[in-house]
Amino acid sequence: MTTHLPLALTVNGEDHHLMVEPRRTLLDLLRHDLGLTGAKKVCNMGNCGACTVMVDGRTVYACLTLAIDCEGREVRTIEGLADGATLDPVQQAFIEEDAFQCGYCTPGQVMSMRALLDENPEPTDDDIVRAVSGNLCRCGAYAHIARAGRRAAELRKQQETEVGA
Amino acid sequence: MTSFSVTTSQKDGKLDLGIEEHAPNVERWDAGTAFTTVGTAARRLEAIEKVTGRAQYSSDVRLPRQTYAKVLRSPYPHAKIVSIDATKAEALPGVVAVIHKDNTDRIEWYDGSAVFDNPVRLIGDEVAAVAAISEEIAEDALNAIEVQYEELPYVTSLEGATSPGAPRARRDSDSEGNISGEVKRYTRGDPDAGLRQADIVIDDIYTTQAAVHNALEPHGCTAAWSGDDLTLWDSTQSIFTVRQDVSKALDMPEHKVRVIKHHMGGGFGAKQIAWKQDVIAALLAKKAGRPVQLMLDREGENLAVGNRPNSRQRVRLGATRDGKLTGIVADIEQANGAYQTGGEASNVSGIYQTLYKCENVRTVQKPLYTNTGPAVAFRAPGQVEGAWALEQAMDDLAIRLNMDPVELRVKNYSETDQSDGDKPLSLPEGLRLAYDKVREAAGWQGRPETAKSGRIRKGVGFAAHDWGAGGGNPPGYAWIELNEDGTADVTTGTQDIGTGTRTGLAQVAAEALGLPLSDVALHLGDTALGPYAPVSSGSATQATIGPAIQAAAADIRDGLLDVAANAMEIAKDRLSVRDGMVLVDGDASRGMSVKKVMQEIAPNTLRAQGARVPNPKDKAIRTFGAQIAEVEVDCETGEITVTSIYASHEIGRVVNPALVESQIIGGITQGLGFALTEERVVDHRLGRVMNPNLEEYKVPTVADIPAIVNVPVDVPDLAANTTGAKGVGEPPLVPAAPAIANAIFNAIGIRFHDAPITRERILEAMANHRSIERARSTTTSQEQSA
Repeated sequence: MTTHLPLALTVNGEDHHLMVEPRRTLLDLLRHDLGLTGAKKVCNMGNCGACTVMVDGRTVYACLTLAIDCEGREVRTIEGLADGATLDPVQQAFIEEDAFQCGYCTPGQVMSMRALLDENPEPTDDDIVRAVSGNLCRCGAYAHIARAGRRAAELRKQQETEVGA
Repeated sequence: MTSFSVTTSQKDGKLDLGIEEHAPNVERWDAGTAFTTVGTAARRLEAIEKVTGRAQYSSDVRLPRQTYAKVLRSPYPHAKIVSIDATKAEALPGVVAVIHKDNTDRIEWYDGSAVFDNPVRLIGDEVAAVAAISEEIAEDALNAIEVQYEELPYVTSLEGATSPGAPRARRDSDSEGNISGEVKRYTRGDPDAGLRQADIVIDDIYTTQAAVHNALEPHGCTAAWSGDDLTLWDSTQSIFTVRQDVSKALDMPEHKVRVIKHHMGGGFGAKQIAWKQDVIAALLAKKAGRPVQLMLDREGENLAVGNRPNSRQRVRLGATRDGKLTGIVADIEQANGAYQTGGEASNVSGIYQTLYKCENVRTVQKPLYTNTGPAVAFRAPGQVEGAWALEQAMDDLAIRLNMDPVELRVKNYSETDQSDGDKPLSLPEGLRLAYDKVREAAGWQGRPETAKSGRIRKGVGFAAHDWGAGGGNPPGYAWIELNEDGTADVTTGTQDIGTGTRTGLAQVAAEALGLPLSDVALHLGDTALGPYAPVSSGSATQATIGPAIQAAAADIRDGLLDVAANAMEIAKDRLSVRDGMVLVDGDASRGMSVKKVMQEIAPNTLRAQGARVPNPKDKAIRTFGAQIAEVEVDCETGEITVTSIYASHEIGRVVNPALVESQIIGGITQGLGFALTEERVVDHRLGRVMNPNLEEYKVPTVADIPAIVNVPVDVPDLAANTTGAKGVGEPPLVPAAPAIANAIFNAIGIRFHDAPITRERILEAMANHRSIERARSTTTSQEQSA
């Protein structure tokens, strides 16, 4: 019989207490135990970025992260990005720039872009390209994804100005 | 209501239904039509679901008591299964079902094979499958299955398959020399005489690689039984094909199988047929008495569910001194893998027959069995491979003639489909428009001189294409119900494979109904909702279903105006509908909202069905395009940077410019991968694919892409259908790779016949080139000193 270990972590602000197999990845925990299917399983070996989520504010490939290594940590997924009905500026920018077609890579792209803007609110084009260079998009929406990065930075700035005023 | 008169005749031994359209209310949307919704960059209807992670793909279905399945695949390219022992796997706690050839009935699958067959014929062939309460336990179970194999001789390369005394990839096939299907031969005129009469003959061999679709969502489905009804949430480009094939395989009537596909993470052709896992999931779910989700892993995805077949093409072009083509001959071989799936359709010959005017053409296309994954259509199947060779050969011809490569193409312009009785093209000026627009956008001044020195060398290349799809693929149907509040439900059994079909069709519906886009719901991707629509392939969905929706909407409008005329006591011919209002003499202020009109008859609704009528018999419908690539080659590292691609594509009316641009940049990005990095690498000694993953199978990343300039043609093709829209999915991929190859030639003066042009190939070629140049200069200096 397989062994299960207790695990406590926060996902999108909610506390979870679970029993998990030590070999379970964070990606499988999210998709199977918590029903959060936004992060996608594409390569399952850290090549494609479709499973990108944030752990304590930093992006990780959830397929390469063991769930038990997230004990006591804060995980944020694509499902936790919008504030109720209000989209995150990155999400809004992806829609405006048509920065996806099939949408399967989009949760990962959005998380990578969001992490970039958290760290660097005024990224250059090179910064944007580097931030999402680990996120494959087979539909080839890259040109629009890069544009969405620039747009998202603008939207965030506008938001801050509005909040400040 | 739309009515039909059906005439029947015999064609190819089958009944040919000649359905004539009688839908007098359908407007033809000519160039002067004033639109409110068509032609606007409306945002994708499912955009919010996609950016918030809520869009439910087949991989995201979660049902009570759902289990997870995995497939055990053959580790040998060709082997007899001597025994399978699954007892240890079955005994593992958490395993709910194990199936293989010894415990299931033989189910016939493609090309005379079975779902679990013996022998196995490629690394990746399905041997057994398990379902368990978790993916991890399913993996354990696979490892616990003991299979004994007896290896058989195999052949995985095209050269190997065609060599004398080659092993037979298929022992059950009685064809000679690994020929896997019909050798397609086509001749018009006298091609040999055409080449003899030519002043200049180009004669070269080109090869293209096996390329894997690698859609990010793997193939797969979730299967659930309710009594003897089966539901499949399938990642497929054709819900009706899956329903038909699965019901046949399981000996069930079609109405007992429901196939659903809400969102899909890409297909690119590989999901246009039903695959074995659709049946395997259903069998496992039946055996387990629980829902089963079977999504392929990336390795299975790369090995067993389709690829663009690799090809070898000997191309001969003959031309007069003034650039008229006198003969085109192409001898083509393609490695189709171990199975003819019925979805391969890689017609490499096509482009040689149609793109340029030439009286003397011969093509011979030979498909071969190899012990590799089966070929299946990949975005513009055949045309991509053919264009790689033909468009480079045309470039060479232009150089030999000392002509501008675009002028050479203009000189050999065809306004008819020469492969189909010289039928006039539906838009004969289409390709010319693309030539002109792309030249203008790129500031084309002819081919620049090739630099003789410098580390970074720049080049410019041109390529054109045509594509015989995009014209629509009838039959296909749509239903509309106009609700009592003036909103409309539009239902069609097509699917949005990620291209934006849902949005493009809703725009047609809104326009044709005279409603704002927000008042239209577009339902698709569910066989239980219906009505029938064909596979999403051939860039045909918009052109197939758009007119069907338009036809249904015309009837709805007619009914609506009847009601309005009655309610308003105004003659019907003075009324029209626009943006949710019934107008009087074109005036909204005297009008009545659609909602108010509908309340006159509530709770009744207005309902109609629309059908896509057959394509015109007297016209050939094609799409066209041309691209100009600009590259930089680093002569020291072999690195190629594609700096810009200008693209102009004649695709009929543009229904949504944003979605079209997304298709164009996406197609070009895949073309870039095809040109430079993508290749399924097989070690032919072991018969093994060396890179069945996204680490070593190199798809382009955001850092690889050029500036892409899309120059729309946007002319409605009303000979094609009443909406004037054709299709854009496949075309932009076709000319990208040869345009890049021609630009590389322009940059460094070396012709690369083999795709992809990897850095390794560049460096190797440049080293050879340098040693040739050195030898030449030594000879020259010796001559001088002598």
